[in-house]
Amino acid sequence: MALYNDKVMDHFMNPRNVGEIENPDGSGTYGSPVCGDMMMITIKVDNDVITDAKFKTFGCGSAIASSSMATEMIIGKTIDEALAITNKDIVDELGGLPAIKLHCSVLADHAIKCAIYDYAQKNGKTYAGLEGFDPNADDDDEEAIEQ
Amino acid sequence: MRQVYLDYSATTPVKKEVLDAMLPYFTEHFGNPSSIYGIGLESKDAITNARTQVAKLINADPAEVFFDAGGTESDNWAVFGIADALKDKGNHIITTKIEHHAMLHSCEFLEKHGYDVTYLGIGPDGRIKLDELEAAITDKTILISVMMVNNEIGTIQPIKEIGAIAKKHGIVFHTDAVQALGNVPIDVKDMGIDLMSMSSHKIYGPKGIGALYIRRGVKISNYLHGGAQENKRRAGTENLPGIIGFGKAAELAGENFAEHVKHCSELRNYLIDEVLKRIPNVKVNGSMEYRHPGNANLTFEYIEGEAMLLMLDAKGISVSTGSACSSTSLVPSHVLSALGIPVEQIHGTLRFTIGDFTTKEDIDYVVECLSEIVGTLRGVSSVNSKKGW
Repeated sequence: MALYNDKVMDHFMNPRNVGEIENPDGSGTYGSPVCGDMMMITIKVDNDVITDAKFKTFGCGSAIASSSMATEMIIGKTIDEALAITNKDIVDELGGLPAIKLHCSVLADHAIKCAIYDYAQKNGKTYAGLEGFDPNADDDDEEAIEQ
Repeated sequence: MRQVYLDYSATTPVKKEVLDAMLPYFTEHFGNPSSIYGIGLESKDAITNARTQVAKLINADPAEVFFDAGGTESDNWAVFGIADALKDKGNHIITTKIEHHAMLHSCEFLEKHGYDVTYLGIGPDGRIKLDELEAAITDKTILISVMMVNNEIGTIQPIKEIGAIAKKHGIVFHTDAVQALGNVPIDVKDMGIDLMSMSSHKIYGPKGIGALYIRRGVKISNYLHGGAQENKRRAGTENLPGIIGFGKAAELAGENFAEHVKHCSELRNYLIDEVLKRIPNVKVNGSMEYRHPGNANLTFEYIEGEAMLLMLDAKGISVSTGSACSSTSLVPSHVLSALGIPVEQIHGTLRFTIGDFTTKEDIDYVVECLSEIVGTLRGVSSVNSKKGW
C-alpha cells in the first residue's frame, strides 16, 4: 500500500530536468512556500520549439513529480503544443494522483504558462493559448483544477 | 532493509509481556465480567487487578479509574460530561490552542450549542502563561482543560500550578495525559487533577483501550449510556483483553520508568546533537527543559516535510510531519502555528519520537539518511539559504 503509484514515486525519487538554465529564454515561478509548494521553471526556445526546460520545486512528493513530468512533456514541443497541456494531461501522464494532491499538477501547468508568458513578453509574441492568462493569479484557485 | 520506527508518539508496539498477559482473556478466560458465575467473576477480578495497576501508575485510588475506548473517548467524556453536569453553573470552558483534536473539536461542537470557549496561546517555550489562564476565568467557567504533554512538540505544561489555580477558583481541572503517561511523573493527588485522559497504546499496550481518571467527588455526567459497567459510569461490555493489556502495560511503565526516561532522553539528545552538527539550517521547536523524553521536533528549512517523510520511508524509517501536505485537511499543524513558526517552515517540520526499542545504531542510520535526503531535496528546491524564502 503506497501513497503514490510507481510512476509518481519514480519522478519524485529521480526527478528529471532539475536545475536552472543559464540565460533562459523564459522563466516562470508559481506558488509560494507559504502555500506549501513553489515551482520555478526556465526554458530555452528555438524557432518556437522548447528545446530545453529545467525546474526547481519546493514542495511535497507530488509537486516534485508533477514538475519533473511537466518538463519532460514540454521539451521538444512547440509553444502552442506546450500551452495546450492541461494539469489533467500531467496527472494522466503520471498515471493519476490522489484527489487531494491534484492541485500539485496545477502548480506545474501554471509555472509552464508563466515561463512561456515571460518568453512572449520578452519577444513581443502573442499566443492564443496565453489569452486571458494572468501570471499573478491567485495560487489557490480551486476552479482551475480539472478533475 | 533496516527498519527504524521513530513515531512512538503515534503508537507503540505491544510488548511481549503485555500480549502474554492478554492472550488467555480471548479464549480461556472469556467470561462476561457482569455474569455472576465463576468465569464471569474471574474476569471481574482480573479487571479489578488491572484497575489497580493503572491507578498505581498515577497515584489514584482504583475506584477513580474508569476504563473506556481510549484518549479520544476520555477527552470527549470529560468535556461533554462536565458541560452537561455543570450547565446550571456556567457555560465557559478554558483550554489551549495546542490541544489534541479530540479536545479542540469537542469544544468547537459545544460552541455551536451555546458554550463559550477560551483557547489560551503559548509562549516561545510552548507553555501556557499562568496569569493568562487566571485572567480568563469568569464566574461562568466550569472547566479548565490543559494537556499535560503536547503530542507534537512534547512540551510539558505546569500542571501542578494549573491545578492549584483551578482549585482556588473552584473549577474542575481536566488534563489530557495521553502523551504524558509513562513518560513524565504523574501524581493526580499532588497535581490537583480532577479528570485525566489516558490511552494504552502509547505505553506499549493494545489499541482501543484507555481510561478516564475521575477524582472521587467530581460531578460528571455519563457519556455512553447503557448497562451498569464501570460502576454505572461507562456502559458497554468491558474490553476484557484490552483492559488486562492496559493494566500490564501500566505496571511495566511504572517499573521501568526511570530506565525508560533515561534511555529515550539520551538517544533523543544524541539525535538532535548529531542532526544540528551535520545538517545546516535546522531548528529545534519547543522547550528542551520541559520536554517529553523521546520527542525531537525539527524544522528543516527550504524543504517540505511530506517529501522528506516519503524519502525516509523508502529507507525504512518512520517519522511524522507537521506539513499541511501530509494531512488530509491540507492545514498545517495548529501546534506549530501556535508556537509562532512561520507557515513555510511548518511545512518542513518532522517529529521524531524515540521509544524503548530504539537503539543508538538506529539513530546513526537515521542521521546518515537524513543528511543525504535533506541535501537531495535542497538541491531540487526553488528556495535556499542564499535566496532565502
